[in-house]
Amino acid sequence: MLELKVNGASRQVDADGDTPLLWVLRDHLDMPGTKYGCGMALCGACTVHVDGQPVRSCVMPVAAVAGKSVTTIEGLDGKVGRAVRQAWEAVDVPQCGYCQPGQMMSATALLTRNPKPSEAEVTEAMNGNICRCGTYDRIRRAIGDASRILGG
Amino acid sequence: MERREFLRLSLTAAGGLGIAFHLPLARQPAAAAAAPFAPNAWLRIDPDNRITFVCPSNEMGQDVHTALATLVAEELEVPVASLVIEQAPAAAVYTNAMLGGQLTGGSTSVRDAWLKLRQAGAATRGLLLEAAGRTWKLDSKLLAASGGHVTGPGGKRLSYGALAATAASLPAPDLDKVALKSPSDFTQIGSPTQKRLDTPAKLRGDRLFGIDATQPGMVYAALAQSPVIGGTVQAVDDRKARAIPGVRAVVNIGDGVAVVADHFWTAKKARDALQVKWLVGAAGAVSNDSVARALELGTGKAAAIARESGDVASGLNQASRKLEARYELPMLAHVALEPMNCLALVANGTCDIWTSTQYPEGARAAAAARGGVKPESVRIHPQFIGGGFGRRLETDAIGQAAAIAKAVPGVPVKLIWTREDDTTHDYYRPASLHTLEGGLDKYGNLVALHHRMVSPSVTARAFPAFVKDGLDPFMTEGAANLTYAIPHFRTSTVIQDTGVRVGYWRSVSHALNAFAFESFMDELASAAGKDPVAFRLALLGSQPRQRAVLDKVAAMAGWGGPAGRDRALGVASMECYGTHVATVAEVRRQGDKLRCERIWVAVDPGIAVRPDQVQAQIVSGVITGLTGALKNRITIRDGQVQETNFHQFEPLRLAQAPRIDVAIVASGAGPGGMGEVGTPLVAPALANAVARLTGKRVRSLPFSAAGVNFG
Ligand code: FES
Ligand code: FES
Repeated sequence: MLELKVNGASRQVDADGDTPLLWVLRDHLDMPGTKYGCGMALCGACTVHVDGQPVRSCVMPVAAVAGKSVTTIEGLDGKVGRAVRQAWEAVDVPQCGYCQPGQMMSATALLTRNPKPSEAEVTEAMNGNICRCGTYDRIRRAIGDASRILGG
Repeated sequence: MERREFLRLSLTAAGGLGIAFHLPLARQPAAAAAAPFAPNAWLRIDPDNRITFVCPSNEMGQDVHTALATLVAEELEVPVASLVIEQAPAAAVYTNAMLGGQLTGGSTSVRDAWLKLRQAGAATRGLLLEAAGRTWKLDSKLLAASGGHVTGPGGKRLSYGALAATAASLPAPDLDKVALKSPSDFTQIGSPTQKRLDTPAKLRGDRLFGIDATQPGMVYAALAQSPVIGGTVQAVDDRKARAIPGVRAVVNIGDGVAVVADHFWTAKKARDALQVKWLVGAAGAVSNDSVARALELGTGKAAAIARESGDVASGLNQASRKLEARYELPMLAHVALEPMNCLALVANGTCDIWTSTQYPEGARAAAAARGGVKPESVRIHPQFIGGGFGRRLETDAIGQAAAIAKAVPGVPVKLIWTREDDTTHDYYRPASLHTLEGGLDKYGNLVALHHRMVSPSVTARAFPAFVKDGLDPFMTEGAANLTYAIPHFRTSTVIQDTGVRVGYWRSVSHALNAFAFESFMDELASAAGKDPVAFRLALLGSQPRQRAVLDKVAAMAGWGGPAGRDRALGVASMECYGTHVATVAEVRRQGDKLRCERIWVAVDPGIAVRPDQVQAQIVSGVITGLTGALKNRITIRDGQVQETNFHQFEPLRLAQAPRIDVAIVASGAGPGGMGEVGTPLVAPALANAVARLTGKRVRSLPFSAAGVNFG
């Protein structure tokens, strides 16, 4: 048994320690918001926060996050998280939507660290998140709006 | 084609009104006609005034749920946001009349629904007025219906829901006699501010996609497939796999060996531990070289003519100047971000399928065939699609899931392909080879143009009945509908198998033919010493809509302004799915690389039902065009696809995404297709810009393979 803290709640998980956090969230904990896209840290669809840092959960063995605090899209909240969600909704960012939980987790991590990112900083922070539908223009717009909501 | 539908009214279980279309039997596709008629409603009004719209098309990001709901809501006079949207199951009533089947593709959803759903909304509103008139013993002409209520003199007011049961008892109106609103009265169609209805759920991370589907007692499957597509299992050693705790079964389904386990990670680990010998046959000899040789062979075959005017041979002979060129396009994978997956349950002669599909009717057939049940005993529960692009018109993974589920009856099994499975077992966009000859008169006018395309036919595999006299109608798009008036013109195709499994890829042959035609137009303009925009406009005298978008995009991009040494613009223009579109790309030199800095698109979709989402679709299409043009291609060696994951076949990332400006020039004609229109002109516009900037004409994609690298 592994003990995890997910979105503020303690969860017991019966999984091999080498199981990627992604599959523990999706299959063991029944939280489908975190997405599988590549399994190789190439697309960002599986991005969650571990102790506030953005992490690709598809390559993160669950044993490595035992005792740490995991936040997923289902638990995205707080001042920055709410601003991101509000901006994403106002701009109608998603198309298929599959990449968007990962995009929002990456954006929230960026804005938490740097509430007023430059265009280059946005590019750097978001370039690891693929959107196959090509919503990048709206992602940039929404990050700008969220930054303004935060008074950045 | 007979387009008439009959309306059927029914009292729902909840005591409300159900509105359904009923297709005359002759109109039903053969497979669907076999199924018993089910009273599938398009619209349900419950007594509590809850109004449900059952959407026949599948949502894959193209906004089809909100767009189609808007058509109903406009005529029903309710805010679209008040509708509950439900995804239609597989049933003949949901047939897309433009495609003759229940599938979402070809940018047809709005075009097919445009009249039908507005009529349904208007007819329903008429019934509710009539019901109120009977209830109050008043002429319904004195009453008004809007915002979900019917109102009458003296403050009379009843909700649609309260009138639903009475309405259900009325005779069904004749759809052709239902009066529709005039476009100038539209308040929702064309609204620039209405949001997508599916956004909030997507932002919460709700359970929406096929890969998220779940059922009590569900287990997972990972599948070992032949590295050569089409190969079959010869022998399996599954000892190591079975020894892994959590593995429940190993199932040989012929085209693969599945491991069924309590969790996906266990299934995948055990799948990787299988040792399988495959029988691959002739497919094991396919390579990019063999594909190129096959296409070359095709150039010597008789071609089927898709459109002809004048006499192209003599037109070319009499030309003062002749030009010839060959263009080649590579194979591409779809790489939707949600990998292929399907949840299947086979029990007591029935099969339930939860999956992301663009083709519920095909899904039912595939599940029946491989799940060992009758088609009418299959229930399809379509889920949101995490990117379709044509890949989810294919039902391979659905059939596989049904075959696995059949081996573990009563247990729901979710098959998930890994990204590697998905990239290496796609139905690839076909490679194509185009030869063009053009003739200019002494004034530099284009007087003769001859195009031949050699390519495998997707339709010949997927819908063979549509191929007639050697012509696949999906191969000639972007060629047979060329907008230029050329005295001597011929476009023809040769269907040439290459041994590769091919599929429809966003914008299908528009992307192939546009690259050839629109690149060649610039080569001709340059030979004639003319400006590429002026050269095109001169051939568009009878095409006001095409002229308008080309003029518009040229103005947006500042065409003809100062260029500079490190910057050039390229243009391209076409009609695509009934929509007119023109694109300008700006390419800049950046060290030893190039950069696509900006793209401008002017588009005339006739009527933009959802303008903000027209913009989104164009942008999305442009990014897809860049993904398909800059550096990606599929490589086959010994029958095996070499690209496995995003490091080798990489969708465009944010850093490379140009600024994209879209102008909608709505001419007011009936709506054209939207979901694919942004894609095909990107590659030729870029190639034309590159040629003007560097002098190098790229005639074969991707650009990187021609030594032109974009940063
Ligand atoms: S699924 Fe983890 S980065 Fe792609
Ligand atoms: S919205 Fe579809 S992958 Fe990003």
